[in-house]
Amino acid sequence: MLVDSILNHYPKEKDYVIEILLDVQKEKEDNFISQEEVKKIAYYLDTTESHVCSVLSFYTLLSTKPRGKNIIQVCKDVPCYVRDDFNLLKTVKDFLGVNFNETTTDRIFTLETTACIGCCDEAPVMRINDRVYKNLTKDKAIKILKEYRGNDY
Amino acid sequence: MAKVAKSLNEIKSFPKQTRIALRNCGLIDPSNIDEYIARDGYFALGDILKNKSPKDVVNEIKESGLRGRGGGGFPTGLKWELTAKEKSDRKYIICNADEGDPGAFMDRSILEGDPHSVLEAMAIAGYAIGANQGYVYVRIEYPRAIKRLKAAIKQAREYELLGENIFGSGFSFNIDLRLGAGAFVCGEETALIASIEGERGMSRNKPPYPAQKGLWGYPTCINNVETLANVSAIFNMGAKEFAKIGTENSKGTKVFALAGNINNIGLIEVPMGTTLREIVYDIGDGIDGGKAFKAVQTGGPSGGVITEEHLDTPIDYESLKEIGSMMGSGGMIILDEDDDMVKISKFYLDFTQDESCGKCTPCRIGTKRLYETLEKLIDMNGTPEDLEMLEYLAKSVQKTSLCGLGQSAPNPVLSTLKYFRDEYEAYANRTKRTAYFIEEDVCIGCTKCAQVCPVDCIEGEVKKPHVIDPEECIACGACYDVCPVDAILKP
Repeated sequence: MLVDSILNHYPKEKDYVIEILLDVQKEKEDNFISQEEVKKIAYYLDTTESHVCSVLSFYTLLSTKPRGKNIIQVCKDVPCYVRDDFNLLKTVKDFLGVNFNETTTDRIFTLETTACIGCCDEAPVMRINDRVYKNLTKDKAIKILKEYRGNDY
Repeated sequence: MAKVAKSLNEIKSFPKQTRIALRNCGLIDPSNIDEYIARDGYFALGDILKNKSPKDVVNEIKESGLRGRGGGGFPTGLKWELTAKEKSDRKYIICNADEGDPGAFMDRSILEGDPHSVLEAMAIAGYAIGANQGYVYVRIEYPRAIKRLKAAIKQAREYELLGENIFGSGFSFNIDLRLGAGAFVCGEETALIASIEGERGMSRNKPPYPAQKGLWGYPTCINNVETLANVSAIFNMGAKEFAKIGTENSKGTKVFALAGNINNIGLIEVPMGTTLREIVYDIGDGIDGGKAFKAVQTGGPSGGVITEEHLDTPIDYESLKEIGSMMGSGGMIILDEDDDMVKISKFYLDFTQDESCGKCTPCRIGTKRLYETLEKLIDMNGTPEDLEMLEYLAKSVQKTSLCGLGQSAPNPVLSTLKYFRDEYEAYANRTKRTAYFIEEDVCIGCTKCAQVCPVDCIEGEVKKPHVIDPEECIACGACYDVCPVDAILKP
């Protein structure tokens, strides 16, 4: 199983719980951590399920609900707001037809917002999975989304 | 054809800068340790391990006057001394790379552009306080910084600059990475410690301070990325030379991230004591699009605004506090005449109420209520009494919160209330319109709006001002989009 093979890379020490959760989530197609996986992690680290859950629910980048294959995060902080003259979030919302924190019906995208990702010199920005797209314009943003969608059809 | 600059100083934004923390950024290949070594890298560490006692190291940092660059401004030498004094068989050094302030990207650039400078400084700090283990706590939102750090640690181990018996001195030091998973509060030192321990990143009561009881209960010294990036440079240039730069109480340089409506966006490093005017107009080349300067927001969600009248204040830790803002970690967002200060404050409160860890009531509920009050004002449902409530509540949250996040969360509101109260009052006195409205003296009677209105609620003769029936208007905005003279006002 996926979880077991990831767990084997880590020492049985409680302080690795965040790294383990991040790793498990990253390897999964639907980008979240299930109750079953929480159980396994807790057992491996010799801690309680409630402890793993308490950590899991605290950190914004960890999810307990299934998400899409690609996670789109639009920066919602001031430097991007000040330089965003076309409303990036609305552009992405309209293109995908979902609200934020929702997943498209084809399960290809989940739309989220993110706190500043430190690319304010090239605002406005959005992040898709591990990649940051900078200096966005309306056309550029739509083009990028289309490419992602295209790759999956 | 554009003129080619033969040296950095020929570029307008450079002559007023002094690059210490950023000395290698952009000049060396950060993924190659040899390039760092060629620029005197690890020389300070070798010299210290061979020729200096831990006490000498602490004294030299004290003499340099270096203060924490993460925002607090606590003297670094004193922090090292306090941790060094504690008697314990285990101690830790932590590098705080959980840079989360909106508008700040100094630490990201240092980690991406010169990771070894941070590793070398951690080893020096470890020697000074008696720690053999260091952690870099870096947010996962910075994937490239993580990649560079991992590679740098691996190379330093291969060169035996980290590990056992470094330079044959008998001193051993190792560094590991720990990842943050999207919680701003983890930049607060006690919350950061909780996070490294694999707990929820919630703040803890101080005292005991981390220097006494930190990570797993052992004495711990936590320094910010930029602070550490200064360390080996201080030893290479000499503490006395370093202390010559800056103002009386703030020595050295500070890296600022210029963002917002300014022509030269990006990182700059200036001696302490440089004025904001020099930063905005000489280095930053003025406001984008030739608009008028309105304010600079420093210190992110914990700071405040600095207005035109204070542009000539020499920047250091104390002077910025005096004018109601703070140094913060170095984010500077430049706002122009068109920016709405109430909305900007709302953005910051949206951020802090979201990032509050929830442990103490003033921060958890107070910031939420502050946010809601601003929302109410912006939605034009507010009253002048709301402004008084806003001020009172902001001060209460400031006084009663557990950690720095809550204590500083109301700063953007209080500072904008102080300098831009008229904007708040305008919101408080506005009543809500639900329909679009045509300004009679601007309308040229072109009839375009009447033609596109889907509910036919716009009337008027050709070449005469048109009128929208507010009862019928569905506020679709079609008329607003076609008006060639911008005569239509939004509801």
